[in-house]
Amino acid sequence: MYTQGLDQQHGAATGRHGEETAAQLDAFQARIDDEEKIEAKDWMPEAYRRTLVRQISQHAHSEIIGMQPEGNWLTRAPTLKRKAILLAKVQDEAGHGLYLYSAAETLGVSRDQMVADLLSGKAKYSSIFNYPTLTWADIGAIGWLVDGAAIMNQIPLCRCSYGPYSRAMIRVCKEESFHQRQGFEIMLTLCRGSEAQKAMAQDALNRFWWPSLMMFGPNDSNSKHSAQSMAWKIKRFSNDELRQKFVDITVPQAEFLGLSIPDDGLRFDEESGHYRFSEIDWTEFNEVLAGNGPCNRQRMAKRRAAQEDGAWVREAARAYAEKRSSAAAAA
Amino acid sequence: MSKQEWPLYEVFIRSRSGLAHRHAGSVHAADDQMALDHARDTYTRRKEGVSIWVVRSDRIVASDPAETASFFEPAEDKIYRHPTFYEIPDEVENL
Repeated sequence: MYTQGLDQQHGAATGRHGEETAAQLDAFQARIDDEEKIEAKDWMPEAYRRTLVRQISQHAHSEIIGMQPEGNWLTRAPTLKRKAILLAKVQDEAGHGLYLYSAAETLGVSRDQMVADLLSGKAKYSSIFNYPTLTWADIGAIGWLVDGAAIMNQIPLCRCSYGPYSRAMIRVCKEESFHQRQGFEIMLTLCRGSEAQKAMAQDALNRFWWPSLMMFGPNDSNSKHSAQSMAWKIKRFSNDELRQKFVDITVPQAEFLGLSIPDDGLRFDEESGHYRFSEIDWTEFNEVLAGNGPCNRQRMAKRRAAQEDGAWVREAARAYAEKRSSAAAAA
Repeated sequence: MSKQEWPLYEVFIRSRSGLAHRHAGSVHAADDQMALDHARDTYTRRKEGVSIWVVRSDRIVASDPAETASFFEPAEDKIYRHPTFYEIPDEVENL
């Protein structure tokens, strides 16, 4: 998902067990098993802390980078209403990034460090934001599919064992529903419009369908850290379970729009009550994660430029605050 | 990258009058006024509050979770502070 890079990294869940006694680890696991929330200053295994820092910061980075594909259409939204809505949505994404950075900071990592890790390429963000937004319909597809997939992943995260993360996710989920509905409404408007508009909606679905399914991360059989994250109740459902749920609810929505899912292998399995779909192109997924997607370089370049271009503002604000506080002390 | 990051502030929001302020999260800001502005933009975009408190995180004094048991120990053995400690015959009413 927004933290799918977790599945790709090595050594994420191997703690320094040297200083952690078996009794401490058992007591910690017992708290988790009792559905107790873990709070910022509580004792926790080093590996739990590191996994969370990585997951929450990747999630935050995804929200921040995620502003770019949609921001691309702010000046070209078809009406003033759509523009105001899109502006509010992009601002929400910034807000979500900030809630999450704030939650990650409770684990003892600084904001500057997280930003530095993003800009250096050490930290990852979701593969989905490396795809371009070529037409206005892509804004609809992103709200409907990308935010839809995000909701599927984020609702269980509201019950995550780490209190600050769980509370941030509750806040995010309250706002996310607007995002998905506005996206679906864009698609619906296009599908009820001219032939050319409907074709534009179909084209957006064609391009965003598979990348949206990839958002859930590798198949369970290839997901390295799932078991430990499940035991710690950071994760509640597996990648494949969430992906299946997403397909099951989204296919009927596409049918309502009169659009076709770009998968010849898609069929409804009466017996299980689930839609069966074709294998994902994991080569593409791995390439995008490795930095070779259509927009990886552009996204990072833009983020780095924003950070550098804003440096004087941050410094000026700090200098002004210092000047005022020393003036107040002298008075 | 800034030479040093702006200080961290904890944000508390009163969602409507009659309710207490409640911790919402944190923001970075260069000064107090900016902390209030950032808190408003970050945590009350949908009218989630009518009042905001911000306080520098390094000014908060907190109890130590590792000492929870001993810190709160004085309250452990004083069950007589609870009304259920007292046995009152059923026929006595309004007590």
